[in-house]
Amino acid sequence: MLEIKNLHASINGKEILKGLDLVVRPGEIHAIMGPNGAGKSTLASVLTGNQTFEVTKGEVTFYGKNLLELSPEDRSREGIFLSFQYPVEIPGVSMVNFMRTALNEHRKYKNLEPLSATDFLRIMREKKELVEMDNKLANRSVNEGFSGGEKKRNEIFQMAMLEPRLAILDETDSGLDIDALRIVANGVNKLKRPDNASIVITHYQRLLEYIVPDFVHVLYDGRIVKTGGKELAMELEDKGYDWIKKEVEENI
Amino acid sequence: MSTDILHEVTQADYKYGFTTDIETDIIPIGLSEDVVRLISSKKKEPEWMLEFRLKAYRHWLTMKMPEWAHLDIPKIDYQSIAYYAAPRKNAPKNLDEVDPELLKTFEKLGIPLHERMALSGMAVDAVMDSVSVKTTFKESLSELGIIFCSFSEAVEHHPDLVQKYMSSVVPYTDNFFATLNCAVFSDGSFVYIPKGVRCPMELSTYFRINAMNTGQFERTLIIADEDSYVSYLEGCTAPMRDENQLHAAIVEIVAMKNAQVKYSTVQNWYPGDKNGKGGIYNFVTKRGICKGESSKISWTQVETGSAITWKYPSCILLGDNSSAEFYSVAVTNHHQQADTGTKMLHIGKNTSSHILSKGISAGFGQNSYRGLVKINPAAENSRNFSQCDSLLLGDKCGAHTFPYMEVNNDTAIVQHEATTSKINEDQIFYCNQRGISTEDAVGLIVNGYAKEVLNQLPMEFAVEAQKLLQITLEGSVG
Repeated sequence: MLEIKNLHASINGKEILKGLDLVVRPGEIHAIMGPNGAGKSTLASVLTGNQTFEVTKGEVTFYGKNLLELSPEDRSREGIFLSFQYPVEIPGVSMVNFMRTALNEHRKYKNLEPLSATDFLRIMREKKELVEMDNKLANRSVNEGFSGGEKKRNEIFQMAMLEPRLAILDETDSGLDIDALRIVANGVNKLKRPDNASIVITHYQRLLEYIVPDFVHVLYDGRIVKTGGKELAMELEDKGYDWIKKEVEENI
Repeated sequence: MSTDILHEVTQADYKYGFTTDIETDIIPIGLSEDVVRLISSKKKEPEWMLEFRLKAYRHWLTMKMPEWAHLDIPKIDYQSIAYYAAPRKNAPKNLDEVDPELLKTFEKLGIPLHERMALSGMAVDAVMDSVSVKTTFKESLSELGIIFCSFSEAVEHHPDLVQKYMSSVVPYTDNFFATLNCAVFSDGSFVYIPKGVRCPMELSTYFRINAMNTGQFERTLIIADEDSYVSYLEGCTAPMRDENQLHAAIVEIVAMKNAQVKYSTVQNWYPGDKNGKGGIYNFVTKRGICKGESSKISWTQVETGSAITWKYPSCILLGDNSSAEFYSVAVTNHHQQADTGTKMLHIGKNTSSHILSKGISAGFGQNSYRGLVKINPAAENSRNFSQCDSLLLGDKCGAHTFPYMEVNNDTAIVQHEATTSKINEDQIFYCNQRGISTEDAVGLIVNGYAKEVLNQLPMEFAVEAQKLLQITLEGSVG
């Protein structure tokens, strides 16, 4: 479903992605690991259309469509969801209002009728249970006053509501304690279907014990330099990223 | 209320309000005693009204335009203004002749079709309708003893009430623009609610269509007798154009013992083009007096239009235990400017006032809140709470706050809070990533910000006001 070919991207003239290739098929979970500054979050930003980054070369297609041509909101409506590393707060805008607007925009894009208030509330109730979110959080303004863990759970809640075809989880585990981690991972696993896929961006192997990947890629210096199965994550945990850096240098 | 009533009432009111009966002589522009006399005679006013106008005009000649506002006002040539409104020339005969941009705005605001015709400047007789329900509407009000008519009609049919209360809240010497208004006021509304009567409908839909007629020097007087209640809405969300640039209106409210008056304004006068050229000057004097014990007046305003907005809807809390509220959302985009706020004068005992001001600045807009809370020495136990919030969109606009507090009684409790915030790009991108367009995202965020104020509006207008906020800020982010 997702094909990335030779992607180059910069910010403020500095090149971060230097020729990244990746293929993701439906039903797959891809983990992307790598040291700080490698370009993991940049990849997430470029895929979702954040204007701060400039794509200088390469192609990205999503179900055959040129993703780079689409606006961020259209990419979302096509079925791409990003669970942000640092979700922002939007005071004054209730979660209910926010989600309802988003959901109805998605439906409009697919030529569906907007949901009635009752149907929407029913769906909200179902999905809230997935991430064990209590009513209080849903009635507040978007992320306002939420703790780090609550914000991450709120991201997965939104993911459950929007049912994306491709979910990008950007360091979903950062700032979470064991219990929160388990709830978040549980939610992600329950949403897995044969026709959707996830890209899980993380530093640590720990999350990947809960969300088991089909492929593990190592992103270093703007490119994917190594790909393996879930055992690669364990190897990285043991040997650290220096091992990868040495391998890359030796191959040059 | 059915849409037919709206149309019928509009047609009827057209016949009252303005005398569009023009002889073949030329209407002079400029201001002089002769013009004042001309206005008065065209309206067939009694002698006492002419005397009042002349007194005001002579006083105006001794006054100078105030310059203390945080506003950049180009010089106004008072001699090049037409003080007697001419009827509309070249009125469009059907919607095909109307500016498509205007029609698009009506669509976005959800304004009903027949209202679009009237708002486009079409002569009302061009609007077809056959059901005559005007009588029913006027009947139900008059059965209750409620007087709701044009100001001119009130001068003719209810001169005692007009003479007693007109200028009792805003004296003719009050300020430069009020004095001018007293000399040349065109028309407006007159409302009288008798003792113990609760007005059963929003006095709003009626006035909406008619807004275009009452012209630049509008004059409104609302009297709520003991134990009565009325909710009045002025203006409309549709963008209003006018040949006349200066709008200096006066609104006076008198609330007797236990009476309650709720006055809401939604203003979207033409703000000028993207470079700030043209645009209407909205210099208004609005004041209410809580005359009787336990009376209550509340002002709610949504100001999104005009090139320059300069107004301080205020309350004099004379009666013991009386209370006043001021809710405001003022938007300045492109080159718009606003210097607005309120004055709460606490005179009686146990009085309270509540102020909530939400300013939104975008583009090169300059938005100022100016408020006065004055507690007189005899005002035992008064309470005031003020909250002024500013929201900035972009980095070229400005938000300013000038709160004044004069407290002369030590049992008073006066509280003031202020916040300043920005909509940042991360918030917009977050919304984008959920499938919400930037335009809608700004709308969501701004409406969340203004919610507390918009909730004060009569429901039908709250929805339109939300859309209006979004449209006014189109293109201001990203």
